[in-house]
Amino acid sequence: MHNVYLAIVLAPLIGAIAAGLFGRQIGRIGAHTVTILGVALSCLLSLVVFQHHVIGEAEVYNAMVYTWMVSDGIRFEIGFLIDNLTALMMLVVTFVSLMVHVYTIGYMHDDPGYQRFFSYISLFTFSMLMLVMSNNFMQLFFGWEAVGVVSYLLIGFWFKRPTAIYANMKAFLVNRVGDFGFVLGIGAILLHTGSLDYWEVFGQAEGMARETIGILPGAEWSLLTVACILLFVGAMGKSAQVPLHVWLPDSMEGPTPISALIHAATMVTAGIFMVARMSPLFEYSEAALSFVLIIGALTAFFMGLVGIVQNDIKRVVAYSTLSQLGYMTVALGASAYAAGIFHLMTHAFFKALLFLAAGSVIIAMHHEQDIRRMGGLRKYMPITYGVSLVGSLALIGFPGFSGFFSKDGIIEAVHASQIPGAGFAYLLVLLGVFVTAFYSFRMFFLVFHGEERFRHVQHDDAHGHDAHHGHGHEPHESPWVVTLPLILLAIPSVLAGYWVGPILFGGFFDGVIFVLPEHDVLGKLGADYHGIGGYIAHGLMAPPFWLAMAGLGAAWYIYMKNPAIAARAHERFGKLYELLDHKYWFDEIYAAVFARGSVKLGSTLWRFGDALFIDDILVNGTAKTVGRLAQWARHSQTGYLYHYAFAMIIGLLVLITAFVF
Amino acid sequence: MFADWPLLSLVIWTPIVGGLLALAAGDRNPEGARRIALYTSIATFLISLPLFGHFDRGTSAMQFVEFASWIPTFNVHYHLGVDGISMPLILLTTFTTVLVVIAGWEVIKTRVAQYMAAFLIMEGFMNGVFAALDALLFYVFFEGMLIPMFLVIGIWGGPKRIYATLKFFLYTFLGSVFMLVALIYMYAQSGSFAILDFHVLRLGMTEQVLIFLAFLLAFAVKVPMWPVHTWLPDAHVEAPTGGSVILAAIMLKIGGYGFLRFSLPITPDASLELDWLIILMSLVAVVYIGFVALVQQDMKKLIAYSSIAHMGFVTLGFFILFRIADNTGSLQGAALGIEGGMVQMISHGFVSAALFLCVGVLYDRMHSRQIGDYGGVVNTMPWFAAFFVLFALANTGLPGTSGFVGEFMVILASFKANFWIAFLAATTLILAAAYTLWLVKRVVFGEIGNPQVAELSDINRREFVVLGLLAFAVLLLGIWPAPLLDVMHASVDNLVRHVTISKL
Repeated sequence: MHNVYLAIVLAPLIGAIAAGLFGRQIGRIGAHTVTILGVALSCLLSLVVFQHHVIGEAEVYNAMVYTWMVSDGIRFEIGFLIDNLTALMMLVVTFVSLMVHVYTIGYMHDDPGYQRFFSYISLFTFSMLMLVMSNNFMQLFFGWEAVGVVSYLLIGFWFKRPTAIYANMKAFLVNRVGDFGFVLGIGAILLHTGSLDYWEVFGQAEGMARETIGILPGAEWSLLTVACILLFVGAMGKSAQVPLHVWLPDSMEGPTPISALIHAATMVTAGIFMVARMSPLFEYSEAALSFVLIIGALTAFFMGLVGIVQNDIKRVVAYSTLSQLGYMTVALGASAYAAGIFHLMTHAFFKALLFLAAGSVIIAMHHEQDIRRMGGLRKYMPITYGVSLVGSLALIGFPGFSGFFSKDGIIEAVHASQIPGAGFAYLLVLLGVFVTAFYSFRMFFLVFHGEERFRHVQHDDAHGHDAHHGHGHEPHESPWVVTLPLILLAIPSVLAGYWVGPILFGGFFDGVIFVLPEHDVLGKLGADYHGIGGYIAHGLMAPPFWLAMAGLGAAWYIYMKNPAIAARAHERFGKLYELLDHKYWFDEIYAAVFARGSVKLGSTLWRFGDALFIDDILVNGTAKTVGRLAQWARHSQTGYLYHYAFAMIIGLLVLITAFVF
Repeated sequence: MFADWPLLSLVIWTPIVGGLLALAAGDRNPEGARRIALYTSIATFLISLPLFGHFDRGTSAMQFVEFASWIPTFNVHYHLGVDGISMPLILLTTFTTVLVVIAGWEVIKTRVAQYMAAFLIMEGFMNGVFAALDALLFYVFFEGMLIPMFLVIGIWGGPKRIYATLKFFLYTFLGSVFMLVALIYMYAQSGSFAILDFHVLRLGMTEQVLIFLAFLLAFAVKVPMWPVHTWLPDAHVEAPTGGSVILAAIMLKIGGYGFLRFSLPITPDASLELDWLIILMSLVAVVYIGFVALVQQDMKKLIAYSSIAHMGFVTLGFFILFRIADNTGSLQGAALGIEGGMVQMISHGFVSAALFLCVGVLYDRMHSRQIGDYGGVVNTMPWFAAFFVLFALANTGLPGTSGFVGEFMVILASFKANFWIAFLAATTLILAAAYTLWLVKRVVFGEIGNPQVAELSDINRREFVVLGLLAFAVLLLGIWPAPLLDVMHASVDNLVRHVTISKL
């Protein structure tokens, strides 16, 4: 199988290089052919791997590809660890990536950077695969940063837009704050274990939990807790958890296909994947789990709230992504890693679907993204409408759709969890269900139902960028390269949930994800699990379902039935609206404190430290002092013979005196 | 067959002879001078390759040794040899010189022969610095290489070149004079100028501290470490592109090399006593200079400050070992830090050279280094933009590029010493990304900033070759650093063993 794994990784890389470096030679068709073939090959082989590992129950594969370097006896290697978790992630990544590749043919049709775009998304697929297939921390970090760079390049894909090149820098820097923690976390692990190999490190987790490290004077913390929290800081950057979430909404500046692939389905879930992979470490640190749980809950609820007031179709979906990532994080904190990964998978399908459907709408609206200027699109875009409905129902957790199974699993798990903070988290994720349903269907109704508000809008301000499709005034359904991926994504958005039994309660992750018996909430829930039918029936009775229905109903009533309420609520809760509209002022505060603060600090250090103190006072000051001393000393060099003669005689006298006495 | 050749003498004297030939060709024959320079530099690079190929990775002893009497009265010898610490630096020198010669091909229009000769002679001297095993020979090369650099900045430099050259010369000279005193003192003690004899010379604590400080002055200025760094931005800004490249890629490394060849092995007890000073200066370099780099408006100055910050990792990695031993009770991690610092030196050689060459490419077209004069370069120079972004990312320490390897190793090693040292060192992940990507944003991305940018032409074949070679090196070292690390192990292990044995 070794060569199969290699081929899975290398096929997209080769595609990326071909399209990137030789884009002009192979042309547009060549570029999308070679990259799609590469990713399709990866996807097919991932299916083979999935069959081999999950269905064929093959042995876990853990082997080195090559030795990156050896230093001080520590081996830094590139290698693959293939187990059920990896196989699942590979399948999700390559499948969504393949759909996005196909979709891109339609979406980027007229863009001058066509080949470059294909090169980037294939490169992304390569990086993401390296990340999930890694068997060690070094390669994990390589993939981690590589996906970050591709994200940087893709957010700034339209490099002429000032907002895009601001957003991509912001994304990279915020991610770097996370990576800063991540690197230190790796340092903490190496300190104790002397190895970066997953299995060797996991084997020493208990020992690490007993060791302490003094960071602040007087306080000794468990080294493992420190390591886990530092690693999780990395996850907070990549998976956009509060307070490092600020980059994700702005990342919507990138073309829609990458919002679907990178900023919804795959890259942002890297943090979730990482923590699940590290479950043998996190399990031994209740403090770290509690931290994860609370951060996740805050993100899930408060970012969902912001989604309610957004009017840009992509930003609504982006805040929804933040909130859903919060749900996954909550699951991790509750030790329900399997539920987190399960939601990661279902979310990858339905969120990619929602983003791509949003893209389809955007094409039809000639790159108008404001949902207040849409409406009534149902009859013009039946396929997009249908798949959006599927995606939205999956997102709000409507029974029978994939999101229902995964989200319900999370909520139940938090409910059962004993980790400190679980009660608080449970409340937030429960309220979050209402919020999710409300913003999802607010958008859904505003876009597809009601008055056709786009007819009132002048179209001249809507020409956002150069990729346009037909300039007819009637919106129409997108071409098949766009709708086919939508349909293909809609299928797992419904069906993936039926896998709940084996993944959450069965042995799918046996030997992969490690849970201590006292944390095993899913095990507890599993005792009550008696097949899909019972699960759905139970769901219909539980509070999340009713909250979701309430949210849906409220959205319908406010935005369809009686729009005046929205305006009144807006006036009545002006302060709250402002708070949400400004996203809790995170951006403003960060810009003032970190961005402007750093520049101010830098220029102070430069002007006073370097220019004034070191250069003017010390360096040039020394030079000037020498100059002044010389000025003074030259007075003794008068050039008069009698001065010198006088000095010689005096000198002679002094010397003789000294010798004699 | 190569193993029997006097390879080290060849890499020192071939470029010097080539330089003299280029001088003889004269300014009336610039084409001839260019060709002589190109062939000489390529020949020197090829001669240096067997140093790597035939290097015995299993020993820490000096290899390719040459020994002849030079000044018998003072027991001074023409004594050459390399180990795993110096050999990679010689290859870096011979490689970079080829690039500099190609990069200056059309750009330099006045005194071509002298320009080429200066770089070739400088190459010989720098190779001499890395190969010399006799302290006086080392000192001669160490000072000798200042002269061509002084001329390069002073003749082909910018408007304030005289101030910059004087500052450069006096700064470096001030430091090296103290080193000369230390060397003479040790000669008086041991009766020999052999560096390896100094390594085993027994010295008392006071002597060690004084010698350590003398070396520190010499090498800290060269690296340069905060607070003796202010000559570097001025020198870079005024130097022609080639001068900046050599300065950043090689000359700074001589400071780092000096710490490994002199300070640590000769004064281990003083190093242990004063390591806090070096660590402090290194961390200040990373953090303070990182912030200073953020606000630079001149591209060369920005990269110069970035160099100082990156060299902070080198010195940090070299001197972290005592703290590791103190904190963990074992030396596990010491070699990681030192090797990390060495890899960082090589990587910085590639990356900073590449960045200065990129600025040179822009300067040749627009005659401005001000960031504000650019914007949207990618629209007219897509290939250039691709290279620039790659090197910028390498500068931010992106995994898969050479910039990652050394920083990663040093951060991991310093975590073994102290959490806060690692914490401060790791801030480079954020700071370097901030100043580098902000530079990229303002210069490369965006709408075309002004009419001059609209008329820029993309890189030509010559520039493509130079940047392409560096891109290859940056990626190769990032994807597979093992071959470089393998030549270092024996020497570094030996150094670590040696340093941890007290001389008192």
